[in-house]
Formats: sequence, C-alpha cells, structure tokens
Amino acid sequence: MIRSSEDIIIRTVSRILVPFIQLFALYVIAHGHYSPGGGFQGGVILGASLVLLLITYGPSDTRRHISGKSVAVFSSLGVLIYSGIGFICLLLLGNYLDYGKLSGILHVTPAEARSLGILGIEIGVGFTVMAIMFSIFFDISSGGKPPEDEKE
Amino acid sequence: MKILNLIVVVITGAILIYGTMDMPGWGDPDSPASLHVSPRYITKTMEETATPNMVTSVLADYRAYDTLGETTVIFTAGMACILLLRKRRNGHG
Repeated sequence: MIRSSEDIIIRTVSRILVPFIQLFALYVIAHGHYSPGGGFQGGVILGASLVLLLITYGPSDTRRHISGKSVAVFSSLGVLIYSGIGFICLLLLGNYLDYGKLSGILHVTPAEARSLGILGIEIGVGFTVMAIMFSIFFDISSGGKPPEDEKE
Repeated sequence: MKILNLIVVVITGAILIYGTMDMPGWGDPDSPASLHVSPRYITKTMEETATPNMVTSVLADYRAYDTLGETTVIFTAGMACILLLRKRRNGHG
C-alpha cells in the first residue's frame, strides 16, 4: 500500500517535474512522424507522470483528481478514436483505416491526409496506453481497495 | 542411455547448423525477405504518406490494422486487471 510522502523535497520536486514530463510526452506523440516515438511511447511517459503523482501524493489524493471512472472512459476513448477514424474512412468509400480518403473532408492532398490520419490514431493509442498504465499500477499498488476517505 | 541422448542432441545440432549455411547473409539487401514489400515502403513512404519516419508510416499506416489489434490487447489487459483486482465498494466483490 502506497502512502503519501511527507518529505517536502519529494513533494515539491515531483510537483515541478510532472508538467515537464507531460509536455515531453506530448512532444513524443506529436513528433512521431519525424523522430523515434509515437503513441505507445508517449502514452507510457504520460502514464509514468501519473504514477509519479501517485507514489508522491498517495492514492486518496490522486483518486480525487483521476477517478476510476475517468480512467475507464479514457482507455475506451482511445480505442474509439482509433476505430472511429477507420470507420470514417469506410463512410468515405475507402477501405477500413485507409486514411487517404480523409483528404475529401480535410481539404489536403491524400499524402497529407495519411500523415494526419497517422497523427490521429497515435493520439488514440496514447490515450489508451496512458489510462491503462495508470490503472494497472493503481489497482495493483492499492490491492484494488478504494482509498480510505472514499469508503464512507 | 545418456550417451544415446548426447548423440541425438549432437546430430540434431549439426543438422541445424548445416541448415543455416543456406541462409542469406546478415542484412543482405538481396535476401528474399528484403525484396518483397520493403523496397516499396522505403521508396514510396514520402510520396504516399508524407511521413519521413519510415517506422511510423509502416506501423500506423501500412500495418494500421495490426496496431489496432495491439491497442485492443492493451485495452483488454487493463479491463481484465480492473475486473480481477478492483473490489466493489458495497463489499460483495
């Protein structure tokens, strides 16, 4: 069972670090076209920033910001974005996940539409990986029990 | 009996090593695996997907269906963890 840390150094440093970690994660997701990276890696970094919050501030404080319901919603939302982009391509008379057909509604060339489609599904993958990483760590570390102040 | 086992292992190993003689060299551009779809990915990725990173375009465009499956696997693993580990609040879980 993880308890919140009383050490002011740990609390301050992790509070300062978390926004930078999340910014770097967004960079990794958005820059996947040009450098190593993408949805999986960026999602894991985002999840790691949430795990850092959890091991510093403890489960009950973290649960107040990230509820179990929002984790479930985010993880499903990622898969929905991914498969939804595929279905939009079907509606535009293309094959499933054939992003070239998105050029009709995005008003760009088919090659650029493919680039944007890749970005879209990377964002979906990032959502899912972030939520699932945090959810698995939270449930294993707390043994599945809800935090104390949620019991009443 | 141990001698017999050793002989079987040595013969099998020798046959396997003999089999590797026919394999193409490490990173050989003329090997069959590198002649099928790889040249198309390498030469056409910029004009077809406008993505300089070949790995990303193969992962998320040419092999997008596979990546959808990977995402679903992660999603399913997380849902299984939630179902197995999380206790319900009313004490019946």
